[in-house]
Amino acid sequence: MRWVIKPIVWLAGLGPFLWLATGYPDRWGVNPLEYITLFTGKTALIVLMVTLAVTPVRRLTGWNDAIRLRRLIGIFAFFYVVLHLCIYLGLDRVFRFGTIVEDIAKRPFITVGFAAFLILLALTITSTKGWIRRLGKRWQKLHRLVYLAGGLAVLHYYWKVKADTSEPLIFAGIFALLMLFRLPVFKRLHSRGASSRPVPATAEEA
Amino acid sequence: MLIRRPSDIPSSEITPESVYLNRRQFMRSAAAGSAAALIPGTFAAACEKAEAGSGDLAQEQPNTWEQITTYNNFYEFGTRKSDPARNAHTLRPRPWSVAIEGHCAKPGVYDLEDILGPVTLEDRVYRHRCVEAWSMVIPWRGFELRQLLDRVEPTSSAKYVEFFTLLDPVQMPNQRSNDLDWPYVEGLRMDEAMHPLTILATGLYGRDLPNPNGAPLRLHVPWKYGFKSIKSIVKIRLVENEPKNTWQIQAAHEYGFFANVNPEVDHPRWSQAWEARIPALTKSTPTILFNGYGEQVAHLYAGMDLRKYY
Repeated sequence: MRWVIKPIVWLAGLGPFLWLATGYPDRWGVNPLEYITLFTGKTALIVLMVTLAVTPVRRLTGWNDAIRLRRLIGIFAFFYVVLHLCIYLGLDRVFRFGTIVEDIAKRPFITVGFAAFLILLALTITSTKGWIRRLGKRWQKLHRLVYLAGGLAVLHYYWKVKADTSEPLIFAGIFALLMLFRLPVFKRLHSRGASSRPVPATAEEA
Repeated sequence: MLIRRPSDIPSSEITPESVYLNRRQFMRSAAAGSAAALIPGTFAAACEKAEAGSGDLAQEQPNTWEQITTYNNFYEFGTRKSDPARNAHTLRPRPWSVAIEGHCAKPGVYDLEDILGPVTLEDRVYRHRCVEAWSMVIPWRGFELRQLLDRVEPTSSAKYVEFFTLLDPVQMPNQRSNDLDWPYVEGLRMDEAMHPLTILATGLYGRDLPNPNGAPLRLHVPWKYGFKSIKSIVKIRLVENEPKNTWQIQAAHEYGFFANVNPEVDHPRWSQAWEARIPALTKSTPTILFNGYGEQVAHLYAGMDLRKYY
């Protein structure tokens, strides 16, 4: 893999965060809490979609090496999820833990959002070489939970909006498309001998 | 010699609009020796004398003109907060008239100038609490709705007042969507409508109401969630039965008719106990029952289950 790819992914991953940070206070607007909550949430969702797009891209283009970027991209997705969660916990709820527990229990869109976070937390923790070794075959099964996390994240957004569901529905459409690619019929769509066997993280990944 | 009858020359054609519509305030200020009260910068001084509702509101700074006019829920122009400021230029707030119908002695189509003729315009600083859990403090210029209602003489059959926004997809392009059922409809119980706190606003910071804020005439009911304060009103109807307001039609389990600000009654999807006072970064302002106007309005709901009638 060309040496320039990894730094590009790092830049692309940090880009939204830098954009957000340098936007204070003007770009954050009249309701800054609403802006940064939505920005981090949408960024997390987009990066998660990119993670899910790695395998379809591999199969369509035969660029097998893409798999080596997937862990890095996935961790960036988790980074934005953590930002989003911290904003919710610290600025929206202002660490009022009673209200946080109440939210998770009583508001379905927060329940599924929190569940998505827990899944991504588990996947991030087990993304290391050590854990791949430790879990062996079970690692692959565990990491298929990313599909569930993606679905929950889309549901979280869809259930949150008041009236205009157009954006959440676009994400739902993209997610559905990325999931369709995993159907057996599409496994044959590869060129130049691209492998459809899952390839776990290698020593060369970040 | 042709003598033009007064009705041929509406005053609004002669005097600059904002001075005409706010002429009583202008004259009051001029008499008091300070036309400076009309200048937004010195408005704060005028506001302190204005009837402000809850006692400590005088300590709360009004939000800026920019905050109030660029962050709006006015779905007729798009569902983003920035859409009304960007898109509402297509609204033509003059000429404007309001049709008054239903159970009253003097129904009819009233020109805006005619409506404003006999009323007393006042500057009032009100808290505005959106159902989304953000709030602002807004220096309105307007008059008590009851002045207009008294004029049209509601009959004893009139138990509720129903309000309608303009329906015109040319002036309000997002009415072509089905984001909401159009036109936007709201309503008040007669005692709520006749309450001295309920105003029809025509101005902001002493200037004409800008389009994103519901020009040229909008309701403000400060003890209720903001969606009750319907904008760009073209019709007022005195009715016998409780109207179905637009957000109740949209999602009845989330938005009701009364919509009184209440920290103890959650929206199904979020808590109403705290709010973000624009431009705060945190929801650290505790929400107060009836948005802090309980002293003036709580008696209207004595014995009422506010959880059931949300």
